[in-house]
Amino acid sequence: MRILNPFIAVLALIAVALVAAQVPGGQALIGIILPYLAFALFLGGFAYRVLQWAKSPVPFRIPTTCGQANSLPWIKQNKIDCPSTKLGVIARMILEVFLFRSLFRNTKAEMHEGPKLVYGSSKFLWLFALLFHYCFLVIVLRHMRLFMDPVPGFVAALEFGDGFLQIGAPVFYQTDAIFLGAIAFLFLRRVMLSNIRYISLPADYFPLFLIFGIGLTGILMRYVFRADVVAIKQLTHGLTTFAPAIAAGQISPVFFIHVFLVCALLIYFPFSKLMHMAGIFMSPTRNMINNSRMVHHTNPWNDPNIKPHSYAHYEDEFREFMKDGGIPVDKE
Amino acid sequence: MYGKGRIIPALIIFLGLMTSPIWFKSGDASKMPKPEKPKDYTECVAPTAYMRTSHMVLLNQWRDDILRQDGARTGKTPNGTEYVRSLQNGCMKCHSDKKKFCDTCHNYTSVKPYCWDCHLQPKEAM
Repeated sequence: MRILNPFIAVLALIAVALVAAQVPGGQALIGIILPYLAFALFLGGFAYRVLQWAKSPVPFRIPTTCGQANSLPWIKQNKIDCPSTKLGVIARMILEVFLFRSLFRNTKAEMHEGPKLVYGSSKFLWLFALLFHYCFLVIVLRHMRLFMDPVPGFVAALEFGDGFLQIGAPVFYQTDAIFLGAIAFLFLRRVMLSNIRYISLPADYFPLFLIFGIGLTGILMRYVFRADVVAIKQLTHGLTTFAPAIAAGQISPVFFIHVFLVCALLIYFPFSKLMHMAGIFMSPTRNMINNSRMVHHTNPWNDPNIKPHSYAHYEDEFREFMKDGGIPVDKE
Repeated sequence: MYGKGRIIPALIIFLGLMTSPIWFKSGDASKMPKPEKPKDYTECVAPTAYMRTSHMVLLNQWRDDILRQDGARTGKTPNGTEYVRSLQNGCMKCHSDKKKFCDTCHNYTSVKPYCWDCHLQPKEAM
């Protein structure tokens, strides 16, 4: 059920788009109004979530320490995994954001005869997550050819690099295949490993199905039910210049399914786990300097009128009562 | 709010990047490519809608058919006009100006077909 429901939800989205693309006015709704609405919700929701997070105080240092902390001079510190300087944190964040370093530490647990619990390294999650995210980035950047005119040089360079195997016409993009393969892996990982399946929720499957649907419709549009790219660019470029127009009857329904799913993703984004896009930068367990033993950190909501109350003071205040109660005191 | 000095600029940069196609001096959307149609011919080898979306597939089929399977070098349009299944001797016979025909849409959508890696470009397009 946790797998089936999100799958049905994505199929329903596809069905809605397919029907709406045939209804008069439906194409303008999906092609013009919905993208503006979805994009505004995406940006607004994204900013709202980030500002909400920024309002949460993190008074104390809570970095996950994955190595030796700064200590005595003859103990070698792990400067990236337990950073005590700003530079260390910057290095840690760069490696985390660009290379997903914490996924590299992913482990698997297996039960062997005995019963014996055995832990081992498991790098596949890291590898496929990295492939998935970078392919997604390349694909999104490639799409800029539809939103900009003239098309910037880096987009053309990406297209050239992506299609440099020169298979078929229109030329085959490697990222398309790697992208779907990586999503398939991320999905199968959740289904095949019983312990991962146990903790997987509809919110984990839904984005996978949705993004797979987006990738699949995009690929179908390029290689199977080829779409009229000039007519599509007229619409998409019109969206960015606020003069959208739909060439009647020239754009295939697959395009509208594709756009509808992308809009669904954009709207869903700020409300979902996909916000890890911003969250990774704001994770206190990653972006804090581990300097608790060097710097005094004061809780910002401490009442300044409440002064520190040491045990010596406490005893001075209650000495008589303590004596009466038979409690031992330091000073007579 | 905490960490204002870093979060607000980062958020503004993010929003700027996301909306960059809008800020990018992005020309006029109504300025569509107008490929020059041949004056002396009215019929192509396949319907316009098909040619618009799938001419590259047709060219690939011709190449595979002729060069790898020894297929026919000529074909007939639905109206019975004979044509040469060839980019330079067929297509370019009517659509003779690469710059005014092929390139208009290809440049508009940033498509760089590798036809001309092997075929000689017409002189005026060099």
